[in-house]
Amino acid sequence: MKTKVKLEDLNVHFDKNHAVKGTTIDFGENSVTAIIGPSGCGKSTVLRSINRMHDLVPTAKVTGRILLDGINIYERTIDSVSIRRLVGMVFQKPNPFPAMSVYDNVIAGYKLNGRINKDEADELVESSLKRVALWDEVKDRLKANSMELSGGQQQRLCIARTIAVKPEVILMDEPASALDPLSTLKIEELIEGLKEKYTIVIVTHNMQQAARISDYTAFFYLGELIEFGETKKIFTTPDKKQTEDYITGRFG
Amino acid sequence: MEREHFSKLYDEELNDIREKLLEMGGKVELMISNSMKALVERNSELADRTIASDPGINQMEMEIDEKCIQVLARRQPAGRDLRFLTLALKIVTDLERIGDQCVNIANRAKELNEEPILKPYIDLPRMANWTSVMVKEALDAFVRGDEKLAMKVCKDDQFVDDLNVQIQRELLTFMMEDPGTITRSLRLNYISKYLERIADHATNVAEMVIFMVKGKDIRHTIPSTSDEK
Repeated sequence: MKTKVKLEDLNVHFDKNHAVKGTTIDFGENSVTAIIGPSGCGKSTVLRSINRMHDLVPTAKVTGRILLDGINIYERTIDSVSIRRLVGMVFQKPNPFPAMSVYDNVIAGYKLNGRINKDEADELVESSLKRVALWDEVKDRLKANSMELSGGQQQRLCIARTIAVKPEVILMDEPASALDPLSTLKIEELIEGLKEKYTIVIVTHNMQQAARISDYTAFFYLGELIEFGETKKIFTTPDKKQTEDYITGRFG
Repeated sequence: MEREHFSKLYDEELNDIREKLLEMGGKVELMISNSMKALVERNSELADRTIASDPGINQMEMEIDEKCIQVLARRQPAGRDLRFLTLALKIVTDLERIGDQCVNIANRAKELNEEPILKPYIDLPRMANWTSVMVKEALDAFVRGDEKLAMKVCKDDQFVDDLNVQIQRELLTFMMEDPGTITRSLRLNYISKYLERIADHATNVAEMVIFMVKGKDIRHTIPSTSDEK
């Protein structure tokens, strides 16, 4: 496994709350890593630190290093916007830009990063929507308002918007928890396809989802990484009793 | 001390399966001892009763299978619960086969009881006793999650294999000396083989217990001198 993102002794504090404690972990290139754990265990905090979202929180303090292809993204000289272009994020609730059409949503992120001519934009919209398996459903209403789409379609649109800026890593924070079972399966299938091109880290409360779609699983509890390993091992024969108790529904 | 699930009903479902498996195990142990008694005491009526108890075992196999499948479908178990359920699904198959082997023994006993006794039965009851203990210990190991006991069962299988070879050798001498003993010798030979198969099933269960407890698959790793597995 080639490491794409490496967390080295990562600590995150919010004032006095030590939310993530000395975590070291390697996220492999072109793989899906699921972060699981009970509420408040620090999993979303870990995820957000990978594209420097805590920069926006005045009380947050991040120490340690996060290496993207060996480069520390917390170096002073590195601009957080450039990191967020390489490390995209998909949130729990679909959040397309409400005043924009489907088409404009897809290229919104790309436009922020530079100019684009019409032909390039058309091609980018089509390829991005095809990659998220949404093209056939929306190709006749690209100019319609994005809010007209169903929840599942909106979420795929958000993923299309994320990949349109050509990131290398995609972070997903409970991307399917607000969706119905069928839309959830579509998102899961999509994730399986996306890993060919991207490195994916996903936070999920749904353990079966983690078991289904991830190659590696990290189990967090009270801000600490308890166990990290291949998903097939974590869900059948984990090494730590705490992990076993959590995945079998004995605590959490 | 094992933690309970958040869902008490889930715990109850797993316990129900565990108890049903033990009940089934107790019944096949009885079949082993009764089928052997039918031979040693020349009691064909007991052989018939042993044969008649087999459909009950088959029924239990189906019931336990169904319960396991229900839990798998409804709870999506993971970790040791998953290992327990997949193990239970396999154990029932082994127990059911043991029942079938006991029916075979009872049938051969009935045939042998129709003819004069070939020789005093010493090694076969010994082998049956040993085999029955293996089945019991394999199930005890399963209930207690006792990998050491399970390992003992795996090792004991060698003794039963050796006895089987010894009995076959002895029966061969009878057949060579007097061709008139061939039918009876072959029937006894079959019984020895059935018992050896029962011990193999007990070993299968024990190996799976080790997997359940340790998450380590040791199947096909313990060398055996038996060439007829």
